[in-house]
Amino acid sequence: MNDEITLTIDGQAVSVPAGATILQAARSVNIPIPTICFHEATSPLGVCRACVVEVQGWRTLVASCVTPAAAGMVVNTHSERVTRSRRTILEMLASTVDLSEAPEIQLLLQEYAADLQRFPGAERRAIPLLDDNPMYIRDYTRCILCWRCVQVCANDAQYVFALNFSGRGFDTSIATFYDRPMPATTCVFCGQCVGVCPTGALKTKREWLLEKGLLPEEKPAGA
Amino acid sequence: MSAEENCVATICPYCGIGCNLELHLKGDYIYKVTSPFDNPVNHGNLCVKGRFGYDFVYHKHRVTTPLVRRTPQSAGARTQAFDLSEWQPVSWDEALDLVADRLVEIYRRDGPEALAVYVCAKATNEDNYLLQKLYRSLFRTNNVDHCTRLCHAGSVIALQQAIGSSAMSNTAAELIHPDPRRRPDVLIVTGSNTAENHPIIAQMMKAAVEKYAASLIVVDPRRLELVDYAKLWLPLKPGSNVPVFSAIAKVIIEEGLANRAFIEQRTEGFDEFAQSLEKFTPEYVERVSGVKHDLIQQAARLYASAERGAIYWGMGISQLSHGVASALALIHLAFLTGHIGREGTGLNPLRGQNNVQGSSDMGGMPFHYPGYQRVDNPENAARWEQAWHIEAGGLNRQLGLTTTEILSHAHPGGVRALYMMGENPMMSEPNLNLTRQHMQQLEFLVAQDLFINESGAFADVILPAVSFAEKDGTFTNTERRVQRVRQAIVPRGQARPDWQIICDLALRIEARLGRPTSAGWNYAHPSEILAEVARNVPDYAGITYQRIEKLGLQTPVHDSNHPGTPFLFADSFPRGRGKFYPLDFVTAVEQPDYEYPFILTTGRVLEHWHGGSMTRRSQLDNLYPEALLQIHPLDAEMLGIADGAPVCVASRRGEITLRAQITEKSTVGLVFIPFHFAEAAANLITIDALDPQARIPEFKACAVQLCPARDEDLARPDKRLERGRY
Repeated sequence: MNDEITLTIDGQAVSVPAGATILQAARSVNIPIPTICFHEATSPLGVCRACVVEVQGWRTLVASCVTPAAAGMVVNTHSERVTRSRRTILEMLASTVDLSEAPEIQLLLQEYAADLQRFPGAERRAIPLLDDNPMYIRDYTRCILCWRCVQVCANDAQYVFALNFSGRGFDTSIATFYDRPMPATTCVFCGQCVGVCPTGALKTKREWLLEKGLLPEEKPAGA
Repeated sequence: MSAEENCVATICPYCGIGCNLELHLKGDYIYKVTSPFDNPVNHGNLCVKGRFGYDFVYHKHRVTTPLVRRTPQSAGARTQAFDLSEWQPVSWDEALDLVADRLVEIYRRDGPEALAVYVCAKATNEDNYLLQKLYRSLFRTNNVDHCTRLCHAGSVIALQQAIGSSAMSNTAAELIHPDPRRRPDVLIVTGSNTAENHPIIAQMMKAAVEKYAASLIVVDPRRLELVDYAKLWLPLKPGSNVPVFSAIAKVIIEEGLANRAFIEQRTEGFDEFAQSLEKFTPEYVERVSGVKHDLIQQAARLYASAERGAIYWGMGISQLSHGVASALALIHLAFLTGHIGREGTGLNPLRGQNNVQGSSDMGGMPFHYPGYQRVDNPENAARWEQAWHIEAGGLNRQLGLTTTEILSHAHPGGVRALYMMGENPMMSEPNLNLTRQHMQQLEFLVAQDLFINESGAFADVILPAVSFAEKDGTFTNTERRVQRVRQAIVPRGQARPDWQIICDLALRIEARLGRPTSAGWNYAHPSEILAEVARNVPDYAGITYQRIEKLGLQTPVHDSNHPGTPFLFADSFPRGRGKFYPLDFVTAVEQPDYEYPFILTTGRVLEHWHGGSMTRRSQLDNLYPEALLQIHPLDAEMLGIADGAPVCVASRRGEITLRAQITEKSTVGLVFIPFHFAEAAANLITIDALDPQARIPEFKACAVQLCPARDEDLARPDKRLERGRY
């Protein structure tokens, strides 16, 4: 049997197997913690910081998706400090990225009463849409760098390694090696990346064309 | 989601993994495919075909009305007609009456042996069950077969002889089971380019190696992608499976690594088998296979000492003129080590088509009724005579002709009428020049299909069928899981579900034959067809549409409470004890020589499917638009062939011109051509040598010559796409 440990989350005692994260512990008793980059099919990374929680006695807020629960921990998932931190993260995201097709993040913006005008004059991500293969488009004005696409292309699923981070700081982007077009990379077009993208930055070309009111050449027979 | 938007759960129509798809629709238009991440078959992962390859459904070449050839065709002078202008659209009544008239006429004149049918490994279980039922009950013939003959026939016959059953013994996802006591620690993958042909299973193999420290042994003539993850790679010469695996068996026995208890309790014939291994000395094996003895030893020790060893194999084992012996050599390894009958072990032939397991289960073969009941067994025949309301003694108790034989018998006095449901022998049979001659000899030919393919182009009548997205039914995947296929869009034009076409045709044939009782063709819904199967096939007894609504069930499902069978042979084999068979080594029929110095092996690539009927009409074609000859750098240099240069490849049977792709995936002396491209059809070159028992052609080895060609000789000299994937 696994060793069980007990911690306190929002005043409630929670028992989980050793090795579980604070996020898993919270979810096991239906205590909600918002997440953005977290996905059930990828390794948790802690890049979005939406899931941060306050651990009593710890100096900084920690990302609950990657922090192992420890015996005797006292966790606050919605303290004022946590809420303010989450709201700021959302406001910073909204100031620079096109979130119009990220429904889960939209809900969070509302839930946390994010002030979308908090950073006037903030630089928006302005990256030309990449349409370099028959299957899907990459619109990185919508990309929040959650890294899910990189992970599923790597050792969370495909082991193909066609996508990765490029650049640093604000100019960080997801890219291919030497910005080569997708067909010229190791990409096998499994579409796994499209399947996990939370913001519509990666989209099937057929969906993209449909939205623009265009259909691919072949119309359904009889239509 | 707006009112127009819909999401339909179904199963991928491509390979035997049977990935679960969610088709996202706006109205009648599929615009996206996702997959549920908690699904136990593919865990939300898809390959390019499942994710993007559905658009063939909408292609403008879909046949949407029944068609009759304008120029009447006659035996010996058949031509192909690809253009719609050569076909007369007719009503369903006209078409089906014509087909019924001609089939009955030929049946009355020449008897049951003059008729034959290709059922379809892509169609549903319900479609296949009904079509073999039609030909067996109405035309009293066992000339029922399909592409399974060209695929795992070698494996199936071997497994039936040695074990008494012929399906993958374990479940693929055991590879990555979180419990280490339930997953394999050593894998042998042989004759399978898993990363391209069963991508999701290859993903699991990679995860098993990377995350769970499984040891992978690849036994293959080519340097496949999985070799990057392998602890050992045995680069054997094509067609030398028997010496290599026999040598491994010999080491296991000699070094005392055999599982004596398992051999004694669960097998028979060991002593004679052990003696027959004498001839496989290290020197002999290295000479005939090219594999050095130390690799054989390492492989033997690794597999035999495993806690749980699992063998996965593909066409490199089966598609040989000694395919049965090749597969037996593998089966022996599981018998020697006891790596069978437990979770995380197994003998796992990876079935190719989305429903080849099902079409075989449904009796789409000349030797078996549904449920693998031999047609020459009087008890089985009696049982089906009852099920189909046929007079005692009515069913044909003689073995029928196999796929390639059906065509080679297509001459006066032999097979006169052929009915093809979703088959394309003009791309998938070996030695296509000879296949063409056979096809031309047919007196009457019907194609029930989505498109006018290279075979349907020869037909007299084309009946428009629906794709996987336009009908309900079930597919059975390679791990015996029966899963629900669901209709997402309306049939194109007047196309009909295959099972409805078959029932309509059957009633018309019955009326003409004047049979006293009907075999039964009134089904309101495909679930009723599966119910009839369940009543008569013990392995399917407990399967209903309701039970597989959320998750498929793995056969055997003994009754309505049985949960299905994730792995087989825990206590015994269907034939009782597993049987060892002494083997001799026989080479591939055509060896390289001075005139034809290279070995050609054929297969598939990730982006395409078989004859290309679907994938050449899909956006998939944009990713891989032309045939490429895979050739090793040293061979290319020796011949003066640059990457992308046109090359003419010729055998004693035919020749094609295609671009060269210099790659280390090939090995010296070996070239590879995928068989998807009609304009450079690999099967024009392949040899129609058949395994004597399985009747499977030797697609994996023949002798060819290469010479540089000119750009103008290429079908599409302008087509070139830079691809970076290995």
